[in-house]
Amino acid sequence: MDATLSGRQAEAGLIAAHKPTGRVSDPVFVGILWASGILVLLLLGLIIAMLFHGGLPALREFGISFLWSTQWNPVTEVFGAGVMVFGTVFSAVIAVIIALPLSFGIAFFLTEIAPGPLRRPIGVAIQLLAAIPSIIYGMWGFFVIVPLMAAYVQPPLIEWLGPLPVIGALFQGPPLGAGMLTAGLIMAIMILPFITAMFVEVLESVPPMIKESAYGVGATTYEVYRNVSVPYGRTAMVGAVMLGLGRALGETMAVTFVIGNATRMSASLFAPGATIASTIANEFPEASIGSLKLQSLLELGFILFVISFIVLALSRLLVRSRLKG
Amino acid sequence: MASLARRRATDYTVKAISTGFAVLSLILLAWILWTLVARGLPAIGPHVFTKITAPPGAGGGLLNAIIGSLIQIGVALIIGTPIGLMCGTFLAENGRGTQVANAVRFVNDVLLSAPSILIGLFVYQLLVVPFGGFSGWAGAIALAIIIIPVVVRTTEDMLNLVPIGLREAAFALGAPQWKVVTFVTWRAARAGIVTGILLAVARAAGETAPLLFTSLGNNGWSVSLDAPMASLPIAIYQYAASPFEDWVALAWAGALLITVGVLTLNILSRLVLAKMK
Repeated sequence: MDATLSGRQAEAGLIAAHKPTGRVSDPVFVGILWASGILVLLLLGLIIAMLFHGGLPALREFGISFLWSTQWNPVTEVFGAGVMVFGTVFSAVIAVIIALPLSFGIAFFLTEIAPGPLRRPIGVAIQLLAAIPSIIYGMWGFFVIVPLMAAYVQPPLIEWLGPLPVIGALFQGPPLGAGMLTAGLIMAIMILPFITAMFVEVLESVPPMIKESAYGVGATTYEVYRNVSVPYGRTAMVGAVMLGLGRALGETMAVTFVIGNATRMSASLFAPGATIASTIANEFPEASIGSLKLQSLLELGFILFVISFIVLALSRLLVRSRLKG
Repeated sequence: MASLARRRATDYTVKAISTGFAVLSLILLAWILWTLVARGLPAIGPHVFTKITAPPGAGGGLLNAIIGSLIQIGVALIIGTPIGLMCGTFLAENGRGTQVANAVRFVNDVLLSAPSILIGLFVYQLLVVPFGGFSGWAGAIALAIIIIPVVVRTTEDMLNLVPIGLREAAFALGAPQWKVVTFVTWRAARAGIVTGILLAVARAAGETAPLLFTSLGNNGWSVSLDAPMASLPIAIYQYAASPFEDWVALAWAGALLITVGVLTLNILSRLVLAKMK
């Protein structure tokens, strides 16, 4: 690491010290490079401004309570984001709860257990899960997973866990197959490769010396993983989980197919619901330009942007803090 | 302190569970691919590539959707690649160490993971509303915004792999910086940069949400960028949730086409990247 770092510093110095050759070409070229960098900055600013501006009329109409109001009635033109904000966070949290232990185990497998020649192909295969487009997950979820959930998964859960106090609330309602849990499950498969890849990257950066020290005093592979590697990379690993959460929050197509699209709030894992993204995708065709409904959808988009931005920014800070030293 | 036997047992158990999880994820990948092949392959025939979309029962295909997707991705590449390439170069060469570059890198990472549906809403606000209608242009620009961050990221990574000695040698010969970058640095990283562009195409090819609000889709023959334009993801979205058997079959055919294309691009890119590193 040190060699490349000093090399990079030297290079920065080299380019900075490189006097323009007096011709007009270099300042122009450097200008273009800077301009494209600034353009990307402006792009994000413009996205924020546009979404904010588009949703402003709805915010004026309904006030700040738009954020938590659970009304969504196109007929009476009363709109609130409460149900969708809840659905977005609820389904994304389910996805992370399912994906986290899986990623944790798979990262352990890829870094410590897998035989050398198998490591790369298995790693690549898991990464391919991230390459499959959202709409394909949606179709697979809708045609394959939803019927399975309705027939084999939900009925026994409702029967056994439904009557229990407190946690029983999670397992209520008819077994429709579609709903919060199914959406979370599909999203868990989608974010798993991202979390796993970053876990592996972090774990591979653990200095071998401290792992060897632990092995030297007789620790087992799992003990080293749990007590040495994971604590060493904990900050960045939390960042990796946040990245997965950030991706799940904005997932559109896959969720639209399997969440059931009901604008009601329920604590049950089986209840059909809606997320911000699925609501925008579903209701946009029925929203005419300039209508209060369209403005409310744009405001929803702005809220989603703010939530994702916070989560992704946090994730990045945590990941960089460890990896870049 | 637990006994040695118990610690060993824990170790084996965790190893078994972790291996099981890895196998499970491979099974899930195989399951998705199997579903696509089993339902998509029987639905693929010459009509898919020779006929345009038609009402249910009329024996339509996906030709206009395939062409529309290709046009929009092509235009998005023409718009997005130069910007991404220049911005990535800025981060790796000129901006290095400056606060501006750190800000650009951060913003680029946010754009890379930002919900793509919001990109669609943004372009809708920016182009569709003021210009009074959905268009292929709007779809292409939405895809360009998806492509740019991917190209920026891979370009920066690849340029960082180019040894400093190459640049020094070129500067020592008195070359101006634009020549060093274009003839030496870019050339050395060419394979990696092209790979980044391929990955960006793979990502843009399957995007549905951004196209919903921009190019909208079109059931007729659509090659004009000024009018609503058909695309494969939108056709799949419309057909998959429809009650008509032949439409659903076409949706699976389209899904298989897109997935095969995207995965092929991905595997190719990974092979190139593995060679470079």
